[in-house]
Amino acid sequence: MSRITECFNNLKSQGRKALIPYVTAGDPDPKITLPLMHALVESGADIIELGIPFSDPMADGPVIQLACERALLHGTRLVDVLDMVAEFRKTNQTTPVVLMGYLNPIEIMGYSAFADKAKAVGLDGVLTVDLPPEEAGEFNRLMKASDIDVIYLLAPTTEEARVQKICAAGSGYVYYVSVKGVTGSASLNVAEVAEKLKMIRKYTEMPVGVGFGIRDDASARAVSEVADGVIVGSVLVNKIAELTGNQEQIPEAVAAITASMRQAMDK
Amino acid sequence: MPTKEDLAIAKQMPDAGGHFGQFGGRYVSETLMAALQQLEQTYEKLWRDPQFQAEFDYDLAHYVGRPSPLYHAERLSRELGGAQIYLKREDLNHTGAHKVNNTIGQALLAKFTGKPRVSAETGAGQHGVATATVAARLGLECTVYMGEDDIRRQALNVYRMKLLGAEVVSVTSGTRTLKDAMNEAMRDWVTNVDNTFYIIGTAAGPHPYPKLVRDFQSIIGREARQQCLAQTGKLPDALVACVGGGSNAIGLFHPFIEDADVRMIGVEAGGYGIETGQHAAPLSSHCKPGVLHGNRTCLMSDEGGQVIGTHSVSAGLDYPGVGPEHSYLQEIGRAEYTAINDDEALHAFRHLTLTEGIMPALESSHAVAEAMKMAPTMDKDQIILVNLSGRGDKDIHTVAGIDGINF
Ligand SMILES: Cc1ncc(COP(=O)(O)O)c(C=O)c1O
Repeated sequence: MSRITECFNNLKSQGRKALIPYVTAGDPDPKITLPLMHALVESGADIIELGIPFSDPMADGPVIQLACERALLHGTRLVDVLDMVAEFRKTNQTTPVVLMGYLNPIEIMGYSAFADKAKAVGLDGVLTVDLPPEEAGEFNRLMKASDIDVIYLLAPTTEEARVQKICAAGSGYVYYVSVKGVTGSASLNVAEVAEKLKMIRKYTEMPVGVGFGIRDDASARAVSEVADGVIVGSVLVNKIAELTGNQEQIPEAVAAITASMRQAMDK
Repeated sequence: MPTKEDLAIAKQMPDAGGHFGQFGGRYVSETLMAALQQLEQTYEKLWRDPQFQAEFDYDLAHYVGRPSPLYHAERLSRELGGAQIYLKREDLNHTGAHKVNNTIGQALLAKFTGKPRVSAETGAGQHGVATATVAARLGLECTVYMGEDDIRRQALNVYRMKLLGAEVVSVTSGTRTLKDAMNEAMRDWVTNVDNTFYIIGTAAGPHPYPKLVRDFQSIIGREARQQCLAQTGKLPDALVACVGGGSNAIGLFHPFIEDADVRMIGVEAGGYGIETGQHAAPLSSHCKPGVLHGNRTCLMSDEGGQVIGTHSVSAGLDYPGVGPEHSYLQEIGRAEYTAINDDEALHAFRHLTLTEGIMPALESSHAVAEAMKMAPTMDKDQIILVNLSGRGDKDIHTVAGIDGINF
């Protein structure tokens, strides 16, 4: 059983939902990422989504675009991100880590080299925003062979027949993008999300995480009532941006946000 | 050399998934998948629809002013002392470039699908102007994304778009050029997918864009082929076109794919020179395939997969990727790709203006410069057909600046 599946199973037996923070690796400095990951876990994060910095993050709003720019200032490459996962695994063997990003860095490294390295460092899943299942045949095959879960996005615009197809291609969990837009844009409508999740669950037993538009304790709690996982990114990255001049404060300040969301979700 | 069978296959590309061999495809975030599938269905239906075709042909004739002439540049040819140079005069189209062929087609698609708003990215501003023009005509709301650097370089076109009623949004992220304008246009589309038709400006992007832009632009090659036969009694020996994303080039090339004896030469922006790394020439510098803006194609990216900043004196060629069909035509050996540096293009700009009284766009000047290099190495009875993709009025500002003149 994959670490991700085990994580969701454990939470389910406790009647709890997964809190899944996103941060961009190397933002604002590669030295911060490892302590930040550990602080997130201590604050109650169940899975960590680690962003691979990319020069052209087309699906992201200004907050994560700037995070990518800050990370790239230090030249944080995909190999460096994988090294961070390896470091993290030295002291944490239970919290799943998912890489999230765009295809080109993986394409240039080569699918097979990436799969080998991902397995070696103890990575659990990968979510490539611009790689839909139609183009992912070879990629999926290599990731499965390395026991890496491939996580796909579902959108408000995804039609029912496609939901089925995407769920069949993915593993670990599916990620429902709750708004039409880029990351950090609009607020989500929980009632609409609940409707959509009902439809999605007709086609999969996999846990469903919901992301985009979760910005405070109230929205985290509301989403946790209908989804299996709550994915939160831009608010955390915003806090990192605020503290770029005082880097040492970042892990604690970001973890304070997730700790508060955790409490709200567990109430 | 590709065989006759290879060329027949090439002519039928892309496959159902939008692939040209290993290139092309549809690499986008899930939110856009439904819109692209819908666009594909609409397009496939309408492109075969006689009413749509009739409307498209009518607009090309009476609004754009087609057919554009094929002009024998006799004085230039005589002076070079080799092959005869013929210019396909896309500069004479309404709005001054080939871009309008495509925006007329896509605006018709927007009209048939009932979307009230169109958006576009632009580099040189020619595509933005062509989009704003058709939007004005159809009464559609129009937003154009343009890199901050290009807004400065192409100030005239920016004001032109505003006069046409478009909103021009300055893009300050990344390298502030065409690539970043395209990122922003895609973000706009993800957000406004229900009411917006994204009019992409070149033969790139996710399927079905490379195909439909090619089909709309192929009028260039179909006309040129007939005109050349009518005027000279034979096909040209070589086709030459500049390549940014590749729409004017593929529009000229595609109808000639199976004419194996006709060489096809795409001219990329060599910037300060390929050897300096400061260029916009992914094909002639033999870049590896990568993925950007929804398709797999030869792409300028570093060993970590980050897209590299480009340089060209011409904003319309300043792009790190290239339409997937060009990557394919290079791979199968059907088309050749080369680069012309900034100063060679500037020289060609001045030279064509002085010898023929035709002022080419800086983009098109790259193709003219390559033809000027080739002609003396060829016989007097051979023909080079150059796509003069646009006129140079928009670049007078840039050239004057290089001459130290500020208006
Ligand atoms: C006159 C002209 N030619 C060529 C280009 C390059 O585009 P493409 O390669 O799609 O023809 C542009 C783009 O702005 C242009 O304005």
